[in-house]
Amino acid sequence: MSGKLELDPALVVRARELARRAGQPVVDLARSHTTVSVERAVLRLAGVTGADPDGIPWVNRLVDAVVADVGLGHGVAVPVFDALVREQISDVTLLAQKAAAGSVRFVHPTGKAATAARRAARRAVAVGVRQVDRRRAERDRLVKRYGDPAQRPWIYLIVATGDIYEDIPQAQAAARAGADVIAVIRSTGQSLLDYVPEGATREGFAGTYATQENFRLMRAALDESSRELGRYVRLTNYASGLCMPEMATLAGLERLDMMLNDSMYGILFRDINPIRTFVDQRFSRQVHARAGIIINTGEDNYLTTADAVDEAHTVTVSQLLNEYFAHEAGLADWQLGLGHAFEINPDVPESFRLELAHALLARELFPEAPLKWMPPTKHMTGDVFRGNLLDGFFNLAGAMTGQGILLVGMMTEAVVTPWLSDRDIALQNVRYVLGAAGGLHEDFVPAPGGFIQQRAHRVLGEAVDLLERIGDQSLLTAIAEGTFGIMKRPADRGKGLDGVARHEADYYNPATEILEAA
Amino acid sequence: MTTAERKIVRPYGDTTGDGMVQVSFTLPVPHDKRAEGAAVQLANRMGIDPAMLVHAKQMGDGFTFFVVYGRVNHLVDLSAVQVVERDFPLLSAKEVNAVVKRRLRRKLSVVGACIGTDAHTVGIDAILNVKGIAGEKGLEYYRELSVTNLGAQVSVPELVEAARVARADAVLVSQVVTQRDAHLHNTREMSAAFREAMPAGRRPLLIVGGPRFDETQAAELGVDRIFGRGTTPGEVASYLVHALITSKKAKVA
Repeated sequence: MSGKLELDPALVVRARELARRAGQPVVDLARSHTTVSVERAVLRLAGVTGADPDGIPWVNRLVDAVVADVGLGHGVAVPVFDALVREQISDVTLLAQKAAAGSVRFVHPTGKAATAARRAARRAVAVGVRQVDRRRAERDRLVKRYGDPAQRPWIYLIVATGDIYEDIPQAQAAARAGADVIAVIRSTGQSLLDYVPEGATREGFAGTYATQENFRLMRAALDESSRELGRYVRLTNYASGLCMPEMATLAGLERLDMMLNDSMYGILFRDINPIRTFVDQRFSRQVHARAGIIINTGEDNYLTTADAVDEAHTVTVSQLLNEYFAHEAGLADWQLGLGHAFEINPDVPESFRLELAHALLARELFPEAPLKWMPPTKHMTGDVFRGNLLDGFFNLAGAMTGQGILLVGMMTEAVVTPWLSDRDIALQNVRYVLGAAGGLHEDFVPAPGGFIQQRAHRVLGEAVDLLERIGDQSLLTAIAEGTFGIMKRPADRGKGLDGVARHEADYYNPATEILEAA
Repeated sequence: MTTAERKIVRPYGDTTGDGMVQVSFTLPVPHDKRAEGAAVQLANRMGIDPAMLVHAKQMGDGFTFFVVYGRVNHLVDLSAVQVVERDFPLLSAKEVNAVVKRRLRRKLSVVGACIGTDAHTVGIDAILNVKGIAGEKGLEYYRELSVTNLGAQVSVPELVEAARVARADAVLVSQVVTQRDAHLHNTREMSAAFREAMPAGRRPLLIVGGPRFDETQAAELGVDRIFGRGTTPGEVASYLVHALITSKKAKVA
């Protein structure tokens, strides 16, 4: 704790305590419910792969069949592995195909049959978890061999053509031009699909579908780049939306390195049911913890809808909640890419000093976390010259406050999807600032009692006040009433609610059991 | 006419009539003398002559970025400029909210859905979800709009009922699938159902959108407006305000 802001340690402790108090009931809820996507993720770990001729994955067909016969509340593992024994089939995907054809009946076994099914399910899921472990060890080896980027922050660049085979050369070119992390943006609306598409895809809407095969292809291409460049190039995708647990699982199986995984983004911005989101989120974070994946949270989004000065404290509150949920799920501090953004209106007087105060506050509250620093979007106007200047100040704020992951801002934000030259100019901007002032955080110590310190104290104070108010009611009520980013999202509404079930007394999930035993 | 003559303009660098412009572009060639020559040639073809190549930088293996300054020999006749007038003004989110608040004095209710078997919610979500599209927030973001997004595969009777419950001022329907003209059949079925269920004065504004619609077919399909590919939430919101509030009041006045 460098203590550049002279934050009151008692207040910081209080803030964390309040975040725990607000988050605890949500964790209890997550521990007592399951969702279709959690169960599908379990089946993916147990080895179910592929899709039917219409492109609907076999995990979906199998979960639907089990739910139709015995409901969701027992978990699907026991009914599935019980049926496997009764049908004398050894392959779970084959069982899914039979179930889809209607030739398998699922029951909820008791006694010896139940014990045997549990044991078989656990054995199958353990194979998937071991694969995730192997992938993690492989990453550790490659990082050791090729090394991490020479500088902090890591330079994070987005690629999105819709066609994985176009994305690959673009990603490799971006890595050559200096990108340390490549994010492949998903097709618009994928978060609302209640299944994960299959195979390599060549067509998307403003992004490329996240599929297991696309993950594999891109990771292999970046392994090639890592070898060529002598530094390990990381790959990012999105564990969000209705298939969050499955995305996390596929990321673990294919050695993705970072995943966007916010606790409230889907609720607020995609109107996904809050309970569905929290249940899915807990499971996905347990998988990320196991897979050694760094999560990126989405606090920047609040500032695109609400005022970045007035609502700065909601970012801090969300970071504290994201930290609590992440720790509870087993993630270590080095895995917490807590988000925040440079979104203050540049016409506001002293806007840059305000940005520094907010960025430094996040840095000091979460000293061990690789903070994710997001560029201006809301006040990018199409004036590309002004935009490039604003991006330069964004980069400078990142360097001065020691941010961990810097998403490269584009001067053509809100104009076009970045051109080759836009990306080149943006990277030149980053390189100049990091080259000229990369170590400035060592010298940058705000004046005691000055503008920046005062502003940071005020934001932390407002965050604590808000957490007090949330604690008095509950996080779900706060979300229902529109506390974050102005959207009101009641717990009994939103997409995906019909895929949520309360655990029955004999609910069994071998994946959770293995992940929690670690 | 002297006034007409004065309507001729050319770009302004630092002296009236100098015609100076600045352009930048990328050519898919490595940086060498020949690439620079190609850039100058392109600038010449664009009417920039003489063209000063002020910056050339290779990007990656086979691309070069150029900045060119020069005098463009084209003229613009302001009197001959044709502007396509949108039949409604484009408003910001703030302006939309202000008009609704001041003139309607209640939230404007919007119900959206994909009807029929169409499961492509990309369009309706881009328009309605807060997330929006291309950096523009969706209608949920507008404080004075109350949005109900029914999602995919909604039946027409469900949609009519939801519109009734939400006291919809407008119904937005998205149709992507066009096999056997499904989008046209579905739209006609939808508009007919609304006509049957509600008297003319009480019927919500009916809007359909999708990449394959012909924007001039609104009357034929029985809807008030069709939006095609590339429509933004702001355009839809502006249209809603125009059709439901500003143009109506204008008629009364």
